[in-house]
Amino acid sequence: MSISLQHISKSFKTVNAVNDVSFEVKEGELFGLIGPDGAGKTTIFRILTTLLFADKGTVTVAGFDVVDDYKEIRNHVGYMPGKFSLYQDLTVEENLDFFATIFGTTIEENYELIKDIYVQIEPFKNRRAGALSGGMKQKLALSCALIHKPKVLFLDEPTTGVDPVSRKEFWEMLKRLQQKGITILVSTPYMDEAELCDRIALIQHGKILQIDTPQEIIKHYPKKIFDVKADNMYRLLESLKSYEHHYSVYPFGEFVHYTDKREDFNPQELQQYLEAKNHQNIKIEITKTTIEDTFMELAK
Amino acid sequence: MKRFIGFIKKEFYHIFRDKRSLFILFGMPVAQILLFGFAITNEINNVDIAIFDKSNDATTQEIIHKISASKYFSIKQHITNEAEIETVFQKGKVLAVLVFEKDFKKNLTKENSAKVHIITDATDPNTANSITNYISAIIGSYKMEINKNVNLEYQIETKSRMVYNPELKSVFMFVPGVMTIILMLVSAMMTSISITREKELGTMEILLVSPLKPFQVIVGKVIPYIFLSIINAIVIVLLSIFIFKMPIQGSLFLLALESVLFIITSLSLGILISTVSATQQTAMMISLMGLMLPTILLSGFIFPISSMPLPLQIISNIIPAKWFIIILKGIMLKGVGLAFIWKETLILAGMTLFFIALSIKKYKIRLE
Repeated sequence: MSISLQHISKSFKTVNAVNDVSFEVKEGELFGLIGPDGAGKTTIFRILTTLLFADKGTVTVAGFDVVDDYKEIRNHVGYMPGKFSLYQDLTVEENLDFFATIFGTTIEENYELIKDIYVQIEPFKNRRAGALSGGMKQKLALSCALIHKPKVLFLDEPTTGVDPVSRKEFWEMLKRLQQKGITILVSTPYMDEAELCDRIALIQHGKILQIDTPQEIIKHYPKKIFDVKADNMYRLLESLKSYEHHYSVYPFGEFVHYTDKREDFNPQELQQYLEAKNHQNIKIEITKTTIEDTFMELAK
Repeated sequence: MKRFIGFIKKEFYHIFRDKRSLFILFGMPVAQILLFGFAITNEINNVDIAIFDKSNDATTQEIIHKISASKYFSIKQHITNEAEIETVFQKGKVLAVLVFEKDFKKNLTKENSAKVHIITDATDPNTANSITNYISAIIGSYKMEINKNVNLEYQIETKSRMVYNPELKSVFMFVPGVMTIILMLVSAMMTSISITREKELGTMEILLVSPLKPFQVIVGKVIPYIFLSIINAIVIVLLSIFIFKMPIQGSLFLLALESVLFIITSLSLGILISTVSATQQTAMMISLMGLMLPTILLSGFIFPISSMPLPLQIISNIIPAKWFIIILKGIMLKGVGLAFIWKETLILAGMTLFFIALSIKKYKIRLE
């Protein structure tokens, strides 16, 4: 096991940030911690990176205990904190060089590992980090976290505040890193990214809701989901919520996701109900279940 | 070691790329010394005065000549009646009027006493005071001269002698104080800000999760500022020597050693502040309120400690700056050696050790 948490709890003055959390990450696995803001993701990361003590439970990273062997762990992990934390007044190259130096290595030595990522920002290597775009900052931060060839990589919400194209590229990079044998624990509030992980843990209010592969999690969703659309989306939402057979109704992109209580639900009936409510251009279609649907269901 | 050097290199990048801190580092000392040296001073120079000479005889002429010959005063005008005194003051043309009584010479030779009246514009009481003292001194020295000639016995005269700063140059008194404040400011405030900046930006999180040892981070932060503070101290001493012609009486080597000691004291205070504050703002407020104010008010820089109420006198003992100012004045103005200031040096060294020990104890290797 590369990372193992057993019954971890951590509370701050008034909040119970993490509540009896246990999970394990296998070597070379890309593991996702999925949950909304304030779910306790960052606290878990800080416990794993030896920055915080857990109140209860045991944690090992790369075979070392986070309390007793914290110095060892600090040699073997790469950490990319939630907010962009590089030196804004240093150039791209100086930042990378600095992190290489404090980990006792050089850019040349591990260039192979970061090459894919770094070539994209290398044209700007003399630019100050503060003047980079969000996507480039993120690539630089990842390069800095990787420069000492860590065994385990911790990425706390790496794609927050990054444009969709860069996000997609970023996940492709993670897949390539994983192939090089690095264990990656990544957190994200974006449910669509969850499907790119090997396994995920859904987390809310400091508690794990479910741990499994994204495919399994979706498979276990008990209902059929329908995309519903009409001209006046707000009124549609109201109408659906007042429909006596509805099970769950929530906006999802340009549609409303609807599930019905009945096993033998016929969309035709809903169509008639909505027409009676004077809705125009009604569309009802069955759709694929996503992680977000599962999360909404579990978080109920 | 390579890690450590890499860290120091990074610190220098920070300092040289931040125009504001660079300005504080190097602009401040020069500005302060020049301000205290030139603008905020108790000296008088070329003060315009008026003369109302009612007797206009040889003696008064001689006194007037002596006054106008000194570089402190220039005689702007002669007036001829009482009413004019008020007018010249109101027009703000002069800061003092010197009134000689009628038959000045006759009174002096016959009755052994003659009166001269010094009227000063006391809107600025300090200057008025100085003007009175200076004129009295000039007249006093003239009185001595004539006494010598006529060989009169038992003349009573007041005599005051200024030691260490015979010309009463206030800049000499300010240099040790300004130097103390600047070293304190640069060392304590800048280090505490630079450490808390890492906390605020989140880079401290990465540094903690790196194999860099906490003491390497702290010492790495401090070394550039030791270096810069030494440069500052040198600039201040050079400015005082070459611009204000201040003689350094004691050993320059001892001065340098004591300055380094005080720099380290201030740095350890800076580290201590950074361990208790989470943001740059807090660090700056604590440095300003907790260090600068007591340093300025209680160290004896502006207000003499002997004239403070007893509780404040006791409190002043825990202000490191007080001891450093005593040391500086000793070396710079009196030219004493270590034999006379070993006690102060020891106190300062003790304080430094205490602060360093406390900061090491308080430094967190984790986030809480």
